[in-house]
Amino acid sequence: MAQLETRGLTARYGDFQALFGIDLTLDEGETIAIIGANGAGKTTLLRSIAGVLRQDPGMVRFDGQDIGHLPADEIMARGIAMVPEGRKLFPSLSVEENLLIGAYGRKVGGAWTPDAIYDLFPILKERRNNPGTALSGGQQQMVAIGRALMSNPRVLLCDEISLGLAPVVIRDIYAALPRIRESGASVVVVEQDIGTALKVAGRVYCIMEGRVTLEGTPDTVSRDDIHRAYFGAAA
Amino acid sequence: MIGADTIIQGVLLGGLYALFAAGLSLVFGIMRLVNLAHGDLIVLAAYLLLVVTTALGLGPFVALLVAAPAMFVIGWTLQRVVLNRVLGPDILPPLLVTFGLSVVLQNALLEGFTNDSRRLRAGPLETASVDLGVAMVGVMPLMTFASAVAVILALQWLFYRTELGRAFRATSDDPVTASLMGVKPASIFATATGIAMLVVTIAALFLGTRANFDPTIGPARLIYAFQAVIIGGLGSLWGTLAGGVIIGVAQTVGAAINPEWQILAGHIAFLAVLLIRPRGLFPRAVD
Repeated sequence: MAQLETRGLTARYGDFQALFGIDLTLDEGETIAIIGANGAGKTTLLRSIAGVLRQDPGMVRFDGQDIGHLPADEIMARGIAMVPEGRKLFPSLSVEENLLIGAYGRKVGGAWTPDAIYDLFPILKERRNNPGTALSGGQQQMVAIGRALMSNPRVLLCDEISLGLAPVVIRDIYAALPRIRESGASVVVVEQDIGTALKVAGRVYCIMEGRVTLEGTPDTVSRDDIHRAYFGAAA
Repeated sequence: MIGADTIIQGVLLGGLYALFAAGLSLVFGIMRLVNLAHGDLIVLAAYLLLVVTTALGLGPFVALLVAAPAMFVIGWTLQRVVLNRVLGPDILPPLLVTFGLSVVLQNALLEGFTNDSRRLRAGPLETASVDLGVAMVGVMPLMTFASAVAVILALQWLFYRTELGRAFRATSDDPVTASLMGVKPASIFATATGIAMLVVTIAALFLGTRANFDPTIGPARLIYAFQAVIIGGLGSLWGTLAGGVIIGVAQTVGAAINPEWQILAGHIAFLAVLLIRPRGLFPRAVD
């Protein structure tokens, strides 16, 4: 049984339908990538899993239980943590406080403590007493990842963690991924950068206009497949 | 004559205004909710203290231990059942609802307690005084000011040293992202209003022992509280104390020049500060 799955997940904002029946599965310990163009519905998908958008109960299942209807705080307490798009650090909180609040709704013990996060991203230790928003974009992204890890999640959802960052910084951040997996967390990465996505993920889903247009492992999908799934059939 | 005595009395009076304002500042700081019924809730707490003192034969300070938890529950329930429903991107619904609540509270109190002026009796403390060298000051005003400082220290500790305080600040920044941390914004808001009502009960204690009160005096207390918050700068608790002191001193100095000018002087001081520092003296919040 998959650890996390969506079954015919649909989402709408008023009259606008963003997702048309997404089916995906994530096994325990697995890393999957979700790629797609701007507006394809990737962020809507993650927000529906995380409970920011609430859907029908059976549309999202975790450990065999329906969670699609639960609010974000209850989903987080079950062990699904999200690194939101745009980092969304709390400006009123210092770096360390941003990390600490990550464990607010789930204190289960585990590999991730503030010290373990500082070990993963040493620069954050120097800046622990700065306001979170005084940091560079890459450092802020490290705080956002650390904040999500603080709850020792079983599933980590990462929404475009490379967005707006320099390639060298993106490499530093993705270098943390193996250690995050070692802690036992399954990972869902949403990426626009296809190269990065194919490098880190065991399986990849491509989404276009709210539908899954391609699914496979990085060595079985070709560049042409992705191109078609990303932009639609060649004109 | 305006001497040290006038200034000291003004500073101590400022403590009372800071107590009025601290709860308002707390609620606004966390949920951007302007509670127009804040003054009436202070008066409600004063009547609650009156009922507890007369029904149980307790002194007002002991009655506080009964009334404060009751007011916490009232505040928590009010937020949970009514105010959470109207919070949103539009600031008008909460204003209308709390304005309506203000009218309801005034009329309910009028119905229940008539329009007679009432007061809380504190016994010999009411007339006790100490000699500070430069001036004789009343023990009650001193206690009022000390309570204001203690309340602000306690709120400051709560905000910046506790997990609940982190959740308060995070929810104030961004409730959606806070919910991704496991915070329930609806219950954080309810807790915040509950804590504000604890402060309101302390304010009511000193309001009721210092002077008479009747069901109609709430809105004027709201104005003083508002002015203290705005002068101090939104989101700054120490600023709120400073704002209270500025209004207190302006009022006593104004009254020393001409008794008719007491209230007016406070309002003029408020406008003067806004002219010089439109965002208040110590603004923290960015909006």
